[in-house]
Amino acid sequence: MNETSAEQLADRAPFRFILNGLRDAGEVLILLGDVLRELPGGLRKLPLLVQQMMAIGIGSMPLTLIVALFTGAVAAVQASYQFRDYVPMIYLGTVIGKSVVIELGPVLTALVVGGRVGASIAAELGTMRVTEQVDAMETMGISPTRYLVVPRVVAATLMLPVLTIFADMVAIFGGYLVAVFTLDVSGHTFTSGLRLYFHLRDVFSGLIKSFFFGAIISTMGCYYGLKSEGGAEGVGVATTHAVVASCLLILIVDYLLASFLFRVLFA
Amino acid sequence: MIEGVWKRLGAKEVLRGVDLTVAEGESVVIIGRSGTGKSVLLKHVVGLIDPDRGAVRVDGQDVPALSVKELLDLRKRMGMLFQGGALFDSLSIAENVGLPLREHTRIAETQVDLLVHEKLHLVGLEGVETMRPSSLSGGMKKRAALARALALNPKIMLYDEPTTGLDPITADLINRLIRRLQERLGITSIAVTHDMRSAYHIADRIAMLHEGRIHAIGTPAEIQASADPAVRQFIEGSAEGPLLPT
Ligand SMILES: Nc1ncnc2c1ncn2[C@@H]1O[C@H](COP(=O)(O)OP(=O)(O)OP(=O)(O)O)[C@@H](O)[C@H]1O
Ligand SMILES: [Mg+2]
Repeated sequence: MNETSAEQLADRAPFRFILNGLRDAGEVLILLGDVLRELPGGLRKLPLLVQQMMAIGIGSMPLTLIVALFTGAVAAVQASYQFRDYVPMIYLGTVIGKSVVIELGPVLTALVVGGRVGASIAAELGTMRVTEQVDAMETMGISPTRYLVVPRVVAATLMLPVLTIFADMVAIFGGYLVAVFTLDVSGHTFTSGLRLYFHLRDVFSGLIKSFFFGAIISTMGCYYGLKSEGGAEGVGVATTHAVVASCLLILIVDYLLASFLFRVLFA
Repeated sequence: MIEGVWKRLGAKEVLRGVDLTVAEGESVVIIGRSGTGKSVLLKHVVGLIDPDRGAVRVDGQDVPALSVKELLDLRKRMGMLFQGGALFDSLSIAENVGLPLREHTRIAETQVDLLVHEKLHLVGLEGVETMRPSSLSGGMKKRAALARALALNPKIMLYDEPTTGLDPITADLINRLIRRLQERLGITSIAVTHDMRSAYHIADRIAMLHEGRIHAIGTPAEIQASADPAVRQFIEGSAEGPLLPT
């Protein structure tokens, strides 16, 4: 096969899609390698890290809590509908507690924060890239990885489990409110159901997941942001890519981690 | 310094064999039409862009081949003024100018503030220390960016259009500053400009980039006396001639 036909092949849509995917994956791995190398230096920039932790953690708190409240409420309504006449209502608290800490809390928090934080990281770094601020940083001998990427990735990775803990509590509270005020389940029934079969490892497995989700969200934001080119339009494209990639990866990694945690580690 | 550099960006061969040597302490001005690759050429010198073919050498070092550490050391000796200024939006003007000092030296905080003030004074800016780049005019941003590029007292300065967007009086101040830095401190400088007044003022030699190559090079007097139609058309700023208006 000569060079032109190989190029033509590479140009066909499905191949191009796969090749681009592989290239992106490779470049993300390179970025992660850079992050690890710059980690000690980046952590010394404490004010930058604290600033990002505030922006990502505190900034996302209201949205996360509102989403969590309604998630718990909906879970209660749906579960009680499915339990009706078959399952005793004492299991309402059990099922809400389990589904929230294992799945709903970590994943919905990650998807919401992914939209909010992933987009803002991509837009900020993208703007810095297209206005040559990233180039200026490099020519000043200041590593963009250390200054921009490390604080964001570390902050998001640490703050997502924190947000998830709060989301878990508020979601269960939301379920409790619905159960007590609209479903005629007593508070005592709900809480004893919650304690029944409660395992700390369920909470931990959710937090381990959210740790990975935080890394995914910030890495995608930084990767697509720094890669943007071509002015305001390019920044918009980068932002969209960052959010779409975060959401897809969150769900894929959720499946992989769930398989690993519950079929291998805790089996 | 720059030998036979070729660079393709997107579908376009931007640089097609550029040769340019700049002596130590010399001031070279690069002129050329918008979009001919002047900014791209400057970015090769600081290693932001690597050539597809050809060599870029600074102080005898092969720039694309340098390790991260060597490149860092080289860059500390170079200052670059970007065409758009490229000030960091999230920092005040004083923090922008002080950033290289805080990062690369152990100068005490009070000294840093003094140096920042001094550099801003040098470019004719006063009382903007606490302002954000977004609340400055275009010309003020450019000068603040120049102050930042000068912060570490570089031995090599690259200026991308230092006087565009400045009023004639401020432009003259900057021209004099560039000339003074080069004459008194022996700074090697490469400046890109469209402004012929500025070019004649600061250049030891003027090089014209055209069609991806150095089309003509010479002292300001030689360029002014050039019989080449493309050069004549450019320095006279005429729409008529071999260079078509785009
Ligand atoms: N990242 C890039 N990707 C694709 N093409 C690029 C890129 N950067 C520059 N170019 C192209 O390279 C050419 C030269 O760009 P450059 O910015 O060097 O021009 P210039 O000579 O500095 O022009 P001006 O005087 O307007 O600043 C332009 O045609 C531009 O479209
Ligand atoms: Mg330019």
